[in-house]
Amino acid sequence: MPEFRETTLSNGLRIAAEIDQRGYSAAFGYFVRAGSRDEVDRESGLSHFLEHMMFKGTRHRSAADVNRELDELGGQSNAYTSEEQTVYYATVLPKFQDRLIDLLTDMLSPILDENEFATERQVILEEIAKYEDQPPFGAFERAMEVHFGPRGLGRRILGTAESIRTMQAATMRDYFNRRYRPENIVLAAAGNIDFDALVPQVEKLTEDWSDRPDVAAPEKDPDDSVPLGISLEPKIISTDAKQAYLVGISPGPSSRSDDRYAARVLGSVMGDEGGSRLFWELIDSGRAEVATLWPHEFMREGAWFSYMVCAPEDVKSNQRLMNDIIQSTLEKGIQPEELKQTLNKATAGAIMQSERPSNRLFGIGSRWLTCGEYLSTDDALDCLCKITIEDVNQAAQKYLTTNPTEIIAEAEPSAATH
Amino acid sequence: MTSPIQCHTLGNGLTVLIQPMPWLRTAALSLNLQAGVHREPAHLGGLSSLVCEMIQRGAGQYSSRDLVAAQDNLGIDRNSGVSTAFVSFGASMPSDSLPAAISLYADIVRNPHLPHDQLEDARMMAIQELRAMEDEPTHRVMRRLRELHYGEVLGRSNFGTETGIQQITQDDIRSFYQTNYHSSGGILSIAGNVDPTEVLDCVNTAFGNWRTGSLEDLPCPSGVATYEHFESSSSQTHIGFAFDAIPYSHPDYFKLRAGMGILSDGMSSRLFDRVREQRGLCYTVTASCHSLKNGGGVFGYAGTTPERAQETLDVTLHEIENLLEDMSSSELDRWKVRIESGLIMEQESSASRASSMASDFYQLGRPMTTIELESLIESLRLEDIRDYWSANPPKDYRVVTLGPDPLKVPASPQPTAN
Repeated sequence: MPEFRETTLSNGLRIAAEIDQRGYSAAFGYFVRAGSRDEVDRESGLSHFLEHMMFKGTRHRSAADVNRELDELGGQSNAYTSEEQTVYYATVLPKFQDRLIDLLTDMLSPILDENEFATERQVILEEIAKYEDQPPFGAFERAMEVHFGPRGLGRRILGTAESIRTMQAATMRDYFNRRYRPENIVLAAAGNIDFDALVPQVEKLTEDWSDRPDVAAPEKDPDDSVPLGISLEPKIISTDAKQAYLVGISPGPSSRSDDRYAARVLGSVMGDEGGSRLFWELIDSGRAEVATLWPHEFMREGAWFSYMVCAPEDVKSNQRLMNDIIQSTLEKGIQPEELKQTLNKATAGAIMQSERPSNRLFGIGSRWLTCGEYLSTDDALDCLCKITIEDVNQAAQKYLTTNPTEIIAEAEPSAATH
Repeated sequence: MTSPIQCHTLGNGLTVLIQPMPWLRTAALSLNLQAGVHREPAHLGGLSSLVCEMIQRGAGQYSSRDLVAAQDNLGIDRNSGVSTAFVSFGASMPSDSLPAAISLYADIVRNPHLPHDQLEDARMMAIQELRAMEDEPTHRVMRRLRELHYGEVLGRSNFGTETGIQQITQDDIRSFYQTNYHSSGGILSIAGNVDPTEVLDCVNTAFGNWRTGSLEDLPCPSGVATYEHFESSSSQTHIGFAFDAIPYSHPDYFKLRAGMGILSDGMSSRLFDRVREQRGLCYTVTASCHSLKNGGGVFGYAGTTPERAQETLDVTLHEIENLLEDMSSSELDRWKVRIESGLIMEQESSASRASSMASDFYQLGRPMTTIELESLIESLRLEDIRDYWSANPPKDYRVVTLGPDPLKVPASPQPTAN
């Protein structure tokens, strides 16, 4: 069985590791409490822009050195930014632990060079343009903005073309010093880890992290306006789109809520791809390309998403079908066979996931960062398998009775009214 | 640590490959039958995919819903789909479920109900998928590129065409199934925590007395150099390009592949570094090898805003054509470490091993062990790459773009508008 070990360094940086010496690989990731919800208007898109800049050089390494060394260590490495955190991770052979930690840790002290900043601004603008050509992406982004408001948790991760074009490197430096403080950061590890070597190495490498200058919190944005470049229209016109993309969002359980396991089971019974209630009615019959719903847990809030993709002329009739399925679940509840099937599937899924340290890393790091809690695969399965039909039915009453905020992306707004 | 691969051919021609991976808790199977896209009549594009869908709508003692319930209760994570040569079914699961899964999949391919009252639903499902793909500009570009690169038959998309799918009758489904679903030329590969003798017994019971059938060789690739442009008001210009290359089974394949690795594998690779990192021209730029049994190609993609599209295409092709200039052994070494790390980490996944074994066997006509592949990679020298690439420089580009304006493409006629 894997062993869990953790420690807090003298500068406040936390380390959490699930160690299994039988593993072929070792996965590491820095999880930073810096996401779009931590930004103000003039910082919109900064967490994500900063994530890119971490690959652009340090006092000890040029941008080319960083990329070259990551490749020399042979593993899979990358980074991502969400509403609540930024994560830098890599999976390597265990023999490269020492070199990878040296590199990843150094990357987290970027020099934020002005020339690199100007070049990378173009890459971010390309990334924004890329997603503009994908109708579902815009629909999900808009759903978050309308439901949670365009500031805080609803703030879009990439920022707007306007905010990125006008972004200053100095603003980024302030944001970095404000958010990338050791007490806001967790180093997580999974797999074949040498924990006893890891801790002193990181202690030494991060010695000066507590010297980062204090930066005052930025002035709050006005509550009575919409940020530049943002629209809260529930309809998005996607010229040329063949299909209509409908996203619904309403409250769901947070990552600390006791309901979250029951909600996950409910999501699976209702919306899993292959074998759920929505699948049989809408997908298997060819009425829609996608028809699903699921809970998404954030730190202090939760969202319940629904998502449908179909021909624009079928939106209305499919929405009625989806609502009928939800109504019937609310009235009659779920069946024992459905619960059993979902739990069997989830158990097998967790066992398969657990074989790759790179899969385990994200759950361990996020949970330790946001809740200071560790759940082994078996702990999580225990929580799931205790769920009863009553728990699931209660979750349905709690989460499926709210009218969702709905966003539709399609070619012509009139097409859906047939 | 790797185990040898056992290779058996049943009396009816089905090849069975087994690799025990006793350190895992899972097992996976990959079943591949020569019932892929190339067996479709030209006017029925999409038939092989539709048959793949129909055979999973009930088989043996199971209805469509029973099948899904049985798979979920066994904890099977599954996928299925067609490629040029094959229809493939992949299933990974806790290892205890493997014997039941083998017999379940034998039922699916041997005793499908092909329920005629579900044909319309399955047809609608196929059309939904096709339309959703139309909304992805990258997919549209790469699909057309493949058609141009390989020509009729080999270039066909597995999604088919809307007119093809509309015309398919129940008789077409039955006849395609009768002609192409049989043991001849089939490959069943199994990896994971299994006892090879027990597995072989199970396979013999499930497939040993399956009927044989006739096979057809793939036709030769027949694409020519050309340029096509799709006009669109998209935010980015999406650029796809391809040129001829040798297939996996060619003795020089890894000389080609290593060159492509230096160009596009990793964050220090030339395309990523010189097109994105140094010039900020795009977010995505990539190129990689693709292999059929009797032909191959290098396929590349870049997405960028229209005003920078010409420069992006020019710089990208320039880098490919100038691979041999200042090529260094450190570039080759980085690629080697990446491939070797990947091979070692493949030992963590039975699913990935099962599918690699099946693909190696099809391409080479024999299994290839991880150790053999490792030594092949290790033996490559810079001179090998230089010799191969100077004798076979990229030429006869097929180029497809989608965006507001066409581009100037080297040595090709005016674009054909779509």
